[in-house]
Amino acid sequence: MTDSVPRIEMRNITKTFGPTVANDTISLSVRPQEIHALLGENGAGKTTLMNVLYGLYPADSGEVLLDGAPVSIREPADAIANGIGMVHQHFKLVEPFSIAQNIVLGSEITGPFGILKEREASEAVGELSHRYGLDVDPDALIQDVSVGTQQRVEILKALYRNADVLILDEPTAVLTPQEIEELIAIMRGLVEQGKTIIIITHKLREIKAVSDRCTIIRRGRVIDTVEVGSTSQQELASMMVGREVNLTVEKEPAQPQEVTLRISDLHVNNSRELPAVRGLSLDVRAGEILGIAEVDGNGQSQLVEALVGVRHVESGTIEMKGSAITNLTPKQIFDRRISSIPEDRQRRGLVLEYTVAENMVLGTHDDEPFARRGILQQEVIGEHAGELIEKFDVRPPEPSYLAGSLSGGNQQKVIIAREVSHDPEILIASQPTRGLDVGAIEYVHRSLVDQRDRGKAVLLVSLDLDEVMNVSDRIAVIFEGRIVGVFASGEVDEHQLGLLMAGGSLD
Amino acid sequence: MTDAKNKGAALLNNPFAFALLSIVVGVLVGAIILVVAGYNPFRAYGEILAGIFSGPRNIATAIVRSTPIVLTGLSVTFAFRTGLFNIGAEGQFLIGGLTAALLGFSVSLPPILHIPFVMIAAAMAGAAWGGLAGYLKARFGVHEVIATIMLNWIAFYLNNFIVSLPSVQRPESEASYKILDSARIDILGAWKMSDVGLAWRRENAGSFFAELLRAEINWGIVVSVLVVVLIWFILNKTTLGYELRAVGFNRDAAEYGGINVNRSMVISMAIAGAIAALSGGLQVMGRTQEITKLAVMEGNGFDGIAVALIGNTTAYGNIFAGLLFGGLVHGGGRLQARMGAPSEIIDIVIGTIIFFIAIPNLIRVIIKARERAKAKKEVTDVA
Ligand SMILES: Nc1ncnc2c1ncn2[C@@H]1O[C@H](COP(=O)(O)OP(=O)(O)O)[C@@H](O)[C@H]1O
Ligand SMILES: [Mg+2]
Repeated sequence: MTDSVPRIEMRNITKTFGPTVANDTISLSVRPQEIHALLGENGAGKTTLMNVLYGLYPADSGEVLLDGAPVSIREPADAIANGIGMVHQHFKLVEPFSIAQNIVLGSEITGPFGILKEREASEAVGELSHRYGLDVDPDALIQDVSVGTQQRVEILKALYRNADVLILDEPTAVLTPQEIEELIAIMRGLVEQGKTIIIITHKLREIKAVSDRCTIIRRGRVIDTVEVGSTSQQELASMMVGREVNLTVEKEPAQPQEVTLRISDLHVNNSRELPAVRGLSLDVRAGEILGIAEVDGNGQSQLVEALVGVRHVESGTIEMKGSAITNLTPKQIFDRRISSIPEDRQRRGLVLEYTVAENMVLGTHDDEPFARRGILQQEVIGEHAGELIEKFDVRPPEPSYLAGSLSGGNQQKVIIAREVSHDPEILIASQPTRGLDVGAIEYVHRSLVDQRDRGKAVLLVSLDLDEVMNVSDRIAVIFEGRIVGVFASGEVDEHQLGLLMAGGSLD
Repeated sequence: MTDAKNKGAALLNNPFAFALLSIVVGVLVGAIILVVAGYNPFRAYGEILAGIFSGPRNIATAIVRSTPIVLTGLSVTFAFRTGLFNIGAEGQFLIGGLTAALLGFSVSLPPILHIPFVMIAAAMAGAAWGGLAGYLKARFGVHEVIATIMLNWIAFYLNNFIVSLPSVQRPESEASYKILDSARIDILGAWKMSDVGLAWRRENAGSFFAELLRAEINWGIVVSVLVVVLIWFILNKTTLGYELRAVGFNRDAAEYGGINVNRSMVISMAIAGAIAALSGGLQVMGRTQEITKLAVMEGNGFDGIAVALIGNTTAYGNIFAGLLFGGLVHGGGRLQARMGAPSEIIDIVIGTIIFFIAIPNLIRVIIKARERAKAKKEVTDVA
């Protein structure tokens, strides 16, 4: 099998966007019926390479061969005609349409006068989903089904167009641990039925679990293609980042002290005025990291919003060191030294049109020494930014750059630098490493542990179970707006947590 | 293809080159219209230029014409910088003029007090008028575009109603009483119409100063430039400006950063209203000395929207854009006198030139807003 003709071969692909060289003479060879992983940090050029293969971007130079024969793929229709299908990072589904309608969209089964044959479509989709073991209800509406199911619909869409090679761009980013396991099983099944799969990810564990070979890309260039079976996660990570990285969070046992944050019987509604947090009680102590594990949509966002004062608390109390802070304004809460790293860094953490320096005083812009009698002290603000940039290793080290021009990891560093520089008693971190790569993740985790070691309370909210388990000293599981269990870290495994998160119980 | 795109992007990012190109295109298209209408474009543009630049009187008049729209443009710019569309400069301008007229004739104070008193009062009234739109948005979620359009009409009818009150309307006229001399800011305005003044002007007819005095020269432009500087300073150098702009760029991040978003919106609209109303006040104090019953909206506020766009929604840009706009309008008048071109043609040509300058900026503004919205959407998609 090793010496057979590659199913897909990309030779010396170069693709630039203005001054950015997204792909620099990249060569990639994928064997038939292989699961081939593309590994690389954010911005390494993985998506670009696959977009070239799928015909979304023309390459500046280089060629593509299918089964040894050169082909010209100028647009996605060419790729589809050649049996290549792609599932994008952001799904492209029509929410109010049914699953079957979405799948046949663009190649509908029609009768005379172009009338849609709904029944046939639904049956065809049912048959397809059965054949490949991708369980879906063809008549359900997209807006009513889970993200995991939507992803299956995307895969079915490709299969419906007779895709033989499937490209999956970061398919696990949005899935729960159970859904990830199901996806892995699906991928195995597809390969058994003759398909070839290219999967983009930067999660090492998944690569080990599912792929045969892995091509590592760093800054637009191929570092190596390795057999996954004989390469350790540590080696993969080092190749990806270009230096030694620490995959496990190194920390001393926690030394928890008095309760800093006490949440009692909290009720908070979501934006549609429906209950989201429903009688939640929780204590967080100084000197510990409390991790909250949950499946998205169980009230964690609303909890955090209520804690930082941007969402109204219906009933219940939030106390900091014994005094109530329920329904104070964000500014009042901030002034009591509660800081937060918001879930959505670009929307809530930063003003992207402001410079790094300006962002680093957001919240303290009104205080001495950054402002005097209402006038901003630009020099002081610049120096302050310079210090934080150095301390937190923000790159490029330019206070005058716009925050929007930084990479995600560096944007996150700006936020962390700012929040930690307030010396908060409580630090609330929501999805602090979402979308970041290994190097930046290591950094963020280090910052959280440092904060803890300085005797402060840290509340970590994350959809990434590995993160919750690695970083936290205690773990609380939320389901439907309530805490359904609190455990010391190490007391429960991933599977047990997954069960609780899905509303199950441990007995 | 990518190369062309890059060049396009580079041009978009160089505001000066871009403005120049837009003017050239606008002038060319205007020329085509002139040819089609049967006028020699070279002569027509020559007349417009002469209309602006020949002699102190024309130059001064062009500046006087520009004065109100520099400030209404600044008002629109200020709101825009803080994320709000102020379509209400028209109404705020009227409120300012109304306030200035009433306090100008009914209160008697020495000039050193009367002038600042009337200016500040006009600005305050406009602040309340604009702030009301901000409050409606903050409290009830009424979009400021809708609210300010309604307030324009209310201001319009309020103006006409108040002018028609017996205690305000000057007998045998459709206007209010004239403001007292102590509230006037026109330069030598009273003197030049006095017997001594008229005699001097006759004796020195044709001299630089005599020519200058034929224009309605007043201190308005000086005040306006000072206000532009002040607003630039507020926007860029103060914590207030920092907060208002932060809200304009990203409400959520501003809220997380402890900024009171609702309060910011009210303040933004109040300041925008104050600027436009000051413009209306200066117009009364410097030129008209009265307010009249209006048949239609005069358009000083709406022109401000175009001025703000031509100036690329920067504070200083309004000075240049206002002068360009005011200059074209004044110079266009000569076209009518000398070539017999109907005023409609002149309006079309001027409109075309303005269009080609303003629209690309408008498009750029829209593209930026869209990109921002899209970036936000993608972020939420991942969640
Ligand atoms: N459409 C585009 N326009 C400009 N730059 C782009 C575009 N797409 C990607 N890039 C740039 O190319 C590089 C590679 O991006 P991408 O392929 O998305 O990385 P990855 O998928 O590995 O995270 C990045 O620097 C990114 O900013
Ligand atoms: Mg990508």
